[in-house]
Amino acid sequence: MTPVLWPCPTPDGGETSEYALAFDRQRQQRLLIIPALFDEANKLRRLTVELMRRLDGAGIDCFLLDLPGTNESRSPLREQTLERWTAAMLAAANHFRAGHVLAIRGGGLVLPKVIPGWHYAPVKGASLLRQLLRARIIAARELGREETQDSLLLTGREQGLDLSGYALGPAMLADLQARLPVARAGITQIDQDLLGGSGLWLRAEPDEDAAQADALAAIISMRLTA
Amino acid sequence: MRTDTDQKLRKILTDVLGLKPGQAEAFDADSGLFGSLPELDSMAVAGLLTELEDRLDIVIDDDEIDADLMETYGALLTFAEAKRAA
Repeated sequence: MTPVLWPCPTPDGGETSEYALAFDRQRQQRLLIIPALFDEANKLRRLTVELMRRLDGAGIDCFLLDLPGTNESRSPLREQTLERWTAAMLAAANHFRAGHVLAIRGGGLVLPKVIPGWHYAPVKGASLLRQLLRARIIAARELGREETQDSLLLTGREQGLDLSGYALGPAMLADLQARLPVARAGITQIDQDLLGGSGLWLRAEPDEDAAQADALAAIISMRLTA
Repeated sequence: MRTDTDQKLRKILTDVLGLKPGQAEAFDADSGLFGSLPELDSMAVAGLLTELEDRLDIVIDDDEIDADLMETYGALLTFAEAKRAA
């Protein structure tokens, strides 16, 4: 497992470097992994990497991408939009010659077209946003400040918003409000029921579940190594 | 005999708090929830509210959220029962 760089397009037509975590032994089956978004990415990080270790063991190369503006990225998060992330994912798929993609939770909102694969536990953009807004309202209330979802969104539309440590720009907020996970030919939905146990993104603290990682790896490797 | 809401609420707390199977069965009305559990930060509480809405088919307004609501299992259950009856 090594950190690698990939060339990511910028809106001005240029290019910047972003990181991915890679298990790359130049094997035939190569899977791109789009992480969950924002706070859920932290909660699901361990499950995601445990999945990658299992896929590696099953003979599948896999690449977990940093979305521009997150983790080690030097791109400003405030300027990101779901469109830009979608374009970034497509560029990464080409760079890594990935034949399949796995999107996790909100990662499915930025699935590049054309590439077949899976979407684990889809979620609406509006649901993710609502949860982030709520967390901010609860934290503000503890400090004796009253905020509402409507007032926050009104401010956000002009200036962007800081939500759970993520500085999101107006365009990203608008994207999240509107974007739904789309069922697409070639993309198989994996529901939580198939993994057994409850979704780790629900947990108050990041956790792990070897049985869930096993189940997810089995679903993917059965198809890729058949 | 536990109500449907009671059973669902125990399951939701099990999922959100990562409790072992059966652990939530021991909750009674006075069991401390959020004062007693430091890992429940604002993000975790927001997640819990969203789960409550989805699985109990209720809508929780922002101004209904306060610390007392989450202080004990009994308080949360009373709130959830009232919401579902509304």
